[in-house]
Amino acid sequence: MYEAIVVLPLLGAVIAGAIALVGARNRFPGASPPPPDDDHAAPPVPEHQHGAPEPHAAHAAFSDTHAEHSETHEPSAAGSLPAELIACTFLVIACVLSWIAFFDVGFARHDARVPIFSFISFGDLHSEWALRIDPLTAVMLVVVTTISSLVHIYSIGYMAEDPYKPRFFSYLSFFTFAMLMLVTADNLVQLFFGWEGVGLASYLLIGFWYHKPEANAAAIKAFIVNRVGDFGFSLGIFAVFYLAGAVDLDTVFAQAPALAGKNFHFLSWDVNALTAVCLLLFMGAMGKSAQFLLHTWLPDAMEGPTPVSALIHAATMVTAGVFMVARLSPLFSLSPTASGFVIFIGATTAMFAATVGLVQNDIKRIVAYSTCSQLGYMFVAMGVGAYSVGMFHLFTHAFFKALLFLGSGSVILAMHHEQDIRQMGGLWRKIPYTYAVMLVGTLALTGFPLTAGYFSKDAIIEAAAAGTNPMASYGFIMTVGAAALTSFYSWRLMFKTFHGAPQDPHHAEAARECPKVMLIPLVLLAIGSIVAGYPFLALFTGHGASVFFGDSLRLTSYNAVLEDLEHLPLLTSLAPTVMMICGFLVAWQFYIRRPDIPAALARDLNVLYKFLLNKWYFDEIYDFLFVRPAMWLGRLFWKGGDGFVIDGFGPDGVSARVLDVTRNVIRLQTGYLYHYAFAMLIGVAALVTWFMFAGAH
Amino acid sequence: MTIGLGHYLSVAAILFTLGILGIFINRKNVIVILMSIELILLAVNVNLVAFSSFLGDIVGQVYALVVLTVAAAEAAIGLAILVAFFRNRGSIAVEDINLMKG
Repeated sequence: MYEAIVVLPLLGAVIAGAIALVGARNRFPGASPPPPDDDHAAPPVPEHQHGAPEPHAAHAAFSDTHAEHSETHEPSAAGSLPAELIACTFLVIACVLSWIAFFDVGFARHDARVPIFSFISFGDLHSEWALRIDPLTAVMLVVVTTISSLVHIYSIGYMAEDPYKPRFFSYLSFFTFAMLMLVTADNLVQLFFGWEGVGLASYLLIGFWYHKPEANAAAIKAFIVNRVGDFGFSLGIFAVFYLAGAVDLDTVFAQAPALAGKNFHFLSWDVNALTAVCLLLFMGAMGKSAQFLLHTWLPDAMEGPTPVSALIHAATMVTAGVFMVARLSPLFSLSPTASGFVIFIGATTAMFAATVGLVQNDIKRIVAYSTCSQLGYMFVAMGVGAYSVGMFHLFTHAFFKALLFLGSGSVILAMHHEQDIRQMGGLWRKIPYTYAVMLVGTLALTGFPLTAGYFSKDAIIEAAAAGTNPMASYGFIMTVGAAALTSFYSWRLMFKTFHGAPQDPHHAEAARECPKVMLIPLVLLAIGSIVAGYPFLALFTGHGASVFFGDSLRLTSYNAVLEDLEHLPLLTSLAPTVMMICGFLVAWQFYIRRPDIPAALARDLNVLYKFLLNKWYFDEIYDFLFVRPAMWLGRLFWKGGDGFVIDGFGPDGVSARVLDVTRNVIRLQTGYLYHYAFAMLIGVAALVTWFMFAGAH
Repeated sequence: MTIGLGHYLSVAAILFTLGILGIFINRKNVIVILMSIELILLAVNVNLVAFSSFLGDIVGQVYALVVLTVAAAEAAIGLAILVAFFRNRGSIAVEDINLMKG
């Protein structure tokens, strides 16, 4: 069963990909594709397949679906419908199996380890492809497959007008496969494979509309910033192998307590081994989960289609970092320094991203910064040792964040691809269902009592308050402050999008509710945003957490403070709710009652406003510090090294010298007979002279 | 002073050199090349006759007559080629003949 969960999305990806490739070959047989801005009528679909292999009978049946589409853009790729249906079906089956696995593993305690085949066996390095199924894995399986299947179904509606659907579904399913490999990894090499796989899928999906230069740039940025994190992650894996002699998790965890006090000698420094390892591994998490300093890729990643943002940059890929820290909890729990650093970064991110999200105008960017901020919350929980609480927030956050993204997608489609909230307004009457589900998502995000977000967010803040790590109080203050800001920007988004006067009456008039195929996932996610909270509270927090998770999470620090958590001061417990109400009231004042205040504030505090709007100028700083020197170095190596030295002394140089010699030799061939005769005379004279002086034989 | 073999050989050498020089210190006239060739042949003839006279061997003089015949025939052919060349090219300036220039 577990193999089926992991392999089904791969199968869907391969089939959809094959459909995409066959369709591409049929559309452009041997020629380069037409430029994207052509307003051409449907290109003629060849009657026969030019001898190209025809794997799907359905392909021919759908080759004339292009006739039904409008002539102003390219028709859908042939075979779109089978690709979509196959991919979605496989994902839904995987989702059902994951829920079965969740109950099986979580409650019936049928942990499993499913070896698939041996991968590397070289000296001391043994790496197998094996699926490690324990409660932590089960939680992630459920999150990944549920959100992925809902996003697949939603995409059928959202991408309906896109001509490249098979490729899209192929990439979505491939991403799901890579993520599932990541969460079921039994050793660090396999985890890294899944890690890189989701990075690749992210690149492919962000740059899905590759004709747009911004999309290409954003995809490259995402991959490169991830790479920086992966550099640290790789070093961490190498360090683990060096210290523990193995990469599979069971061995590493068994050896961790023995390594706890040891120091690691590196270039005349003595660092605590486990701290170094955890910090390096966390660097990977910083990149993947868009934490402070390695966060710059996440807002730009909104260039991808909205379902991509919902799946990858809200629910699954960015949570890979959080999952990794949870999975390696035995290591992190033995290093207070590394855990403190995790809290610091998480708390800083939570606050930083919230401040930037206050003033953004693109609806997807607001939600993106919100994701960044909420990931910071999860890391704060991880840092204080409450790994299960962090996983709880991951679980609930997946639902309401995916809901907010998919809802934004519905708004964007209704407003005919308009994403600027300053152009929206007064939409709640036109798209009431979208408004309703977005309302549920916002309530969950801000932590309105009884929604899922309320339970998980409050659990994190309480854990931070009760935490024993020195950085825990910093984490507490930042998360509480960020709660107020979260509430403010979430309600700002709602008010500016759905309430008030329509800023663009023409588009607002034409706004229509999205089709059912998009609404059903939204409703399901809305239900999830409510019911994923209270029923699961006992599994993820309190005494039940150790019972549910067993050995998969090292909850010693958390269990130590369980008593304190019961006896927190009332103000501490109520703080997040108070913050939420404050944020709501300020947003109400700013955007409903006195809409002139925000503009006046932006004018009066212009420097601060610009600072936040430009994301604390991080992009400009990084451009100055890293991008420009790197480009300069690259240009130096390219023009100077490769061009001047290698080409100059190599091929180009040799050919130029040959030409020089030839040019001079040619001057001997004048075409004048008397010159040739003269040359012969010289030759004879030389010969005679030689014989005269060398002595004839 | 007695004119000895050496003098005749020197004269022949000088004639030979003049003939050689005439071939490539000449840019104006192809006929000069033909004349120079005749000069070279003459020089050889003088050499042969001188040796025949001073060594008393008649073979030299006989061979000089052979060379003379060959020279005549060759000059006739050369002039015929020159005439044909002039009819096609319209010029016999040596410096204009550089079709083989590479």
